[in-house]
Amino acid sequence: MMEKKKFWQLPGFQTLLTSLICIVAGLFVGFVILFLIAPQGAFEAIVTIVLNFLTKNSVGSMLKALGNTLIKTAPLLMCALSICFCYKVGLFNIGAAGQYEAGAGAALALALIFNMPWYVCLLGAVVAGGLLGALTGALKAYRNVNEVISGIMLNWITLYAVNMVLSSPASKDTASPYTWALTQKNPSAILPSLGLGALFNNNKNVTIAVPLAIIFAIIIWVVLEKTKFGYELKATGYNKEAARYAGMHEKKNIIITLMIGGALAGIGAAFMYLSGFSKWETTMASVPGMGFNGIAATFLGGLHPIGTIFSSFFIQNITDGGSLIDRMLYPSQISDLISGVIIYFCGFVLFFKTVMNTRRKKTDRKGENA
Amino acid sequence: MILLLQYTIIFASVLTLVALGGCFSEHSGVINLGLEGIMVMGALGGAMAMNMFSSVSNPFLMILIVCLAAVIFGMLYSCLLAVASINFNADQTLVGTAMNLLATSVAAVMVRAFNSSRNPDDVSTILKYVTQKKLFIVRIGGFEFNWMMLIAVVLLVVMYIILYKTKFGLRLRACGENPQAANSVGIDVYKMRWAGVLISGFLGGLGGITYIMSGVSEWKFEAGVAGFGFLSLAVMIFGQWKPQKIALAAVLFGFFRALSNVYTGIGFLAALNIPSSVYNMLPYIISLVVLAFTSRNSAAPKAEGIPYDKGQR
Repeated sequence: MMEKKKFWQLPGFQTLLTSLICIVAGLFVGFVILFLIAPQGAFEAIVTIVLNFLTKNSVGSMLKALGNTLIKTAPLLMCALSICFCYKVGLFNIGAAGQYEAGAGAALALALIFNMPWYVCLLGAVVAGGLLGALTGALKAYRNVNEVISGIMLNWITLYAVNMVLSSPASKDTASPYTWALTQKNPSAILPSLGLGALFNNNKNVTIAVPLAIIFAIIIWVVLEKTKFGYELKATGYNKEAARYAGMHEKKNIIITLMIGGALAGIGAAFMYLSGFSKWETTMASVPGMGFNGIAATFLGGLHPIGTIFSSFFIQNITDGGSLIDRMLYPSQISDLISGVIIYFCGFVLFFKTVMNTRRKKTDRKGENA
Repeated sequence: MILLLQYTIIFASVLTLVALGGCFSEHSGVINLGLEGIMVMGALGGAMAMNMFSSVSNPFLMILIVCLAAVIFGMLYSCLLAVASINFNADQTLVGTAMNLLATSVAAVMVRAFNSSRNPDDVSTILKYVTQKKLFIVRIGGFEFNWMMLIAVVLLVVMYIILYKTKFGLRLRACGENPQAANSVGIDVYKMRWAGVLISGFLGGLGGITYIMSGVSEWKFEAGVAGFGFLSLAVMIFGQWKPQKIALAAVLFGFFRALSNVYTGIGFLAALNIPSSVYNMLPYIISLVVLAFTSRNSAAPKAEGIPYDKGQR
């Protein structure tokens, strides 16, 4: 009985709907909190957070602000892809944050200490992130260590290791905790812009990172959905024993998956730190939020690589929008709060979908009886 | 040396409290990755209480008020995990991560609103508790004894007894090992898991307030609790989900954490010139290595992390 499904019964539509429910719920909670702090400007503030670059007063500055948001969307998208890819294979890559740190450490060390050009730095970030991912995978495959736990440990170990490496006098000023700006020390390490900056009102920090991240999203989608390799990985995720019975190497697959995930997060870090505007703070005592926001983007994007492109942009957009609201009235952390609420509600996605589908079954049954 | 001892004991108290919280939650079958967030909320509750009741000068009353506030905040916050993962079968890793992200921003927003409601020009996220903190401390020679250390020891004993010597503890552990079997003999798995998560909120909240009182007299809430919740998870695993071993693990981890704070004051360690990052890394490296050698026969509760579905057999 292969009837044509109604549009609200399609899985794609349901995913979109649940993501929108999560967003609305997050924004609503954010609005209520803004309202409690100061009712008079609450509506304006929440609108500013959502519209972000559109609130600028000229087209030129709008484009520039959009460029700034896109620069940070690219690394976020890479982290989200890393988590999304691993999740499809049944692994929760909470270690993306650590792989991101490793990528940042390798890219900046190569750029500042060894004066390498950008492509070497990018490659270094890929290798560093990939190795860390492979380590998590090997611990899981051969020593039965849960990837969430080892990921969390490695996030902290890597944070302190990178702080230590980048504290060398070659990579930072002794008087400041921040690494040197690439524009001063080694401009050749900055990712090429290929004229993309001109599109965004001469925002020179918009580089090839932005289109590359979108291309990576499409590649990941193709690999997962259209190749034998992706099918094998997903099969391992669904049922390890069955995959082994079918002649797949489940241990190898776990390691390869986390290695690819790590490499993606490492590239994300390179996109962030080789764009020329961000610096690593060597006294940082908390794991950078990029990896965790990546979890938000992954689940908001309905665990789909293409959906992740839009959700990453949305998360980065409200994060940047949060810095535009009236700082004397409201704290800028309000956008972190909104993303936190959104991820929390993403936990209920399974429940929303079950509700939608049980209602469908009930109505179907009624139809049969009549 | 006395300073090293003092820091070791205070950090060990924090780690014991929070890891015990994680231990109760996991024995009931719920993985609590949100401990970091629960600590932040406990710290927030306690620090706000210290500021609101700053005129209280009786140490006993002050300790009672602050602990109560921390416990209430921690337990309320842990409800987020309980509702999502017990009643709505949510992914526990995801919800825990969301709670950690949320706690830091909620705390920063609340502290700012709290500060500016008392002084419109104050838009910082810092709470100070210099005089209030003194009520928690008794000086014994050069050693600063904090009453929270005693509370941690007492709770360790109480929690051990609850977990192993009471009917409730046995039932709780049954829900983490085999919830279907527990249900078949009439145990309400949902209720037991709620109890486990709420206890973790109770202990996590106390751990949070203890942590922000160790060494400093003001706290910047934007910073969260710098990974102590995650370190506690490591302590719990290192301690193989058993309270007595958790306490020993907490002392070991607390010692390394204390070293990174005070090593510059210890002659031969300062002479070695090892960056503080190494001391910060050590506890995590040790637990990772130990995990690599012990995880084959893990003592983790068998059903942890799996949402309980009454209809499943």
